[in-house]
Amino acid sequence: MNIVVCVKQVPDTATERKLRSDDKTLDRDAADGVINELCEYAVEEALRLKEAHGGEVTVLTMGPGKATDTIRKALAMGADKAVHLVDDALHGSDALGTSYALAQTLKKIGFDLVVLGSESTDARTGVLAAMLAERLGVPQLTFSNKVEVNGETITAQRVTDYGYDRVEASLPAVVSVVEKINEPRYPSFKGIMAAKKKPVTTLGIADAEIDASQVGLANSWSEVVDFAAAPPRAAGTIVKDEGDGGVKTADFLASKKFV
Amino acid sequence: MTVERVLPTAEAHDLIDLVRELAGKEVAPRAAADEATGRFPREVFTTLGRSGLLGLPYPEEHGGAAQPYEVYLQVIEELAAGWLAVGLGLSVHTLSCFPVAAYGTDAQRAELLPEMLGGELLGAYCLSEPHSGSDAAALTTRAARDADGYTVDGVKAWITHGGAADFYTLMARTSPDGARGISCFHVPAGTPGLSFGEPERKMGMKSSPTAQVRFDAARLGPDALVGSEGEGFRIAMAALDGGRLGIAACAVGVAQAAFDAAASYARERRQFGSRIADFQGVGFMLADMATRIAAARALYLDAARLRDAGRPYGTQAAMAKLFATDMCMNVTTDAVQVLGGYGYVEDFPVERYMREAKVLQIVEGTNQVQRLVISRAVAKG
Repeated sequence: MNIVVCVKQVPDTATERKLRSDDKTLDRDAADGVINELCEYAVEEALRLKEAHGGEVTVLTMGPGKATDTIRKALAMGADKAVHLVDDALHGSDALGTSYALAQTLKKIGFDLVVLGSESTDARTGVLAAMLAERLGVPQLTFSNKVEVNGETITAQRVTDYGYDRVEASLPAVVSVVEKINEPRYPSFKGIMAAKKKPVTTLGIADAEIDASQVGLANSWSEVVDFAAAPPRAAGTIVKDEGDGGVKTADFLASKKFV
Repeated sequence: MTVERVLPTAEAHDLIDLVRELAGKEVAPRAAADEATGRFPREVFTTLGRSGLLGLPYPEEHGGAAQPYEVYLQVIEELAAGWLAVGLGLSVHTLSCFPVAAYGTDAQRAELLPEMLGGELLGAYCLSEPHSGSDAAALTTRAARDADGYTVDGVKAWITHGGAADFYTLMARTSPDGARGISCFHVPAGTPGLSFGEPERKMGMKSSPTAQVRFDAARLGPDALVGSEGEGFRIAMAALDGGRLGIAACAVGVAQAAFDAAASYARERRQFGSRIADFQGVGFMLADMATRIAAARALYLDAARLRDAGRPYGTQAAMAKLFATDMCMNVTTDAVQVLGGYGYVEDFPVERYMREAKVLQIVEGTNQVQRLVISRAVAKG
């Protein structure tokens, strides 16, 4: 099975993240770039599927030059090779533009299964898997916490507000995963060494037959009009226990729809 | 604070990055809870093993990672800063593999080392006995040879991982001839006649089991012997030279953790309208702590580089162990002082560091024995 995992480099959530004042895109110099956490779960799931069914795992990322660090991390975990889509023309692409660029690349490199994390910690749109499946004209099995492949059939448990749906599709398909699906492995020291020798193909937009008029900040369908720093967290609600603390706490949680 | 490290290769930097991630996510967060209950974190060693950290200084052909001591010890330091039971456990495991790796036959190395270094097994090192500590050559555990191998009788004491290890590297007497009558053996867990005492109730490192290992007519095959008969004491002393550097690295790690906690507290805590780090009384304490840690790190790395260069390093290893562990006791005690009342309670980690520091002045040769080693080298000239 030819599995492609899409991974994304995001600013470390442990550091202060900023947008650039000039074009309102992410300030990549303000924070360390790390692999998006859910992408690690996607890589892990791809590796497990490969271990169970054979085949090959290819890492695909779209991002600037320094996104190679994220590629290396996925390769160190055990992926076989990588494709790095990098081009200045892609800077500032929104979800529609990104899904178009990735779809064009996937058509170029081929796949039986595409695996993604269900969202990234920076933009958090959570729509890329669905858009990608539409672009590619293949089934989408999103927000999965369990995935099984049997021959040409893929089955997933799709997490919903009320529990989960069991969904089934034929390959090729696009799957997005949630963090409950597995526990990502740490790379081994030998894996880190081996990753340095694994092939990484770099593609520009011309190589992937990407139309420049459909990507980049200027061609995005959505626009960041304004932004502001998040306000400091407001003081919490303090429940005073006068023998009815439990009831008050439960009422509060119910009012926030937690129970 | 992340320690600035000058490492010999790019791969060593990658290794340290991996170790920092493991220490931060898998080691340090569990330390306080398991130290409170005395639970041995066996699964942490499995995680380290799967990442390839249980055979770092041994050859790749047998499943090691061929890392110089200079790098291996800095891995130990990073792990010990997260949790001494793990850093010291890794040092003891690595020490336990040394006799087979350095003195075993090609057949023993090929058969035993891949498993010992592969990450799934954990080792223990059995030299001390209830009445034979600093005077290791006085040990009385006996391995009597017959036609089919050896029968072992005796009690080993203060054994790290006793009862939890998968193999035991044993020093036992094969003749009454003092230090020349000692031999080294590889003993798998599950050997008939092998049993364990209750874990000792220690002042610190409560999650790392320390127990007696008892041999009651335990049967070993002839190929359990590592090196020649009578070579055991030499093997034990050579193993301990490396082990002492492991303890020195542990001491630097614990001291660094204590210093980091104290410095960060001193930068936040305000009294009389100022950060206490800005008071000279506290600031100079922190300055001395930082300086001593840096000096101890430089000392163990200097000894490690001698070892890596194939030069004699036993005296330097003793100096590093002596200086680093005394430094650690000193720095952790001062860290408690910097935190004041908060330093003395279990809600902050520094009281644990102080309790952990003490054992490092005792194990792998007491610091009095280290002075003996150094002074003999000086007297010899």
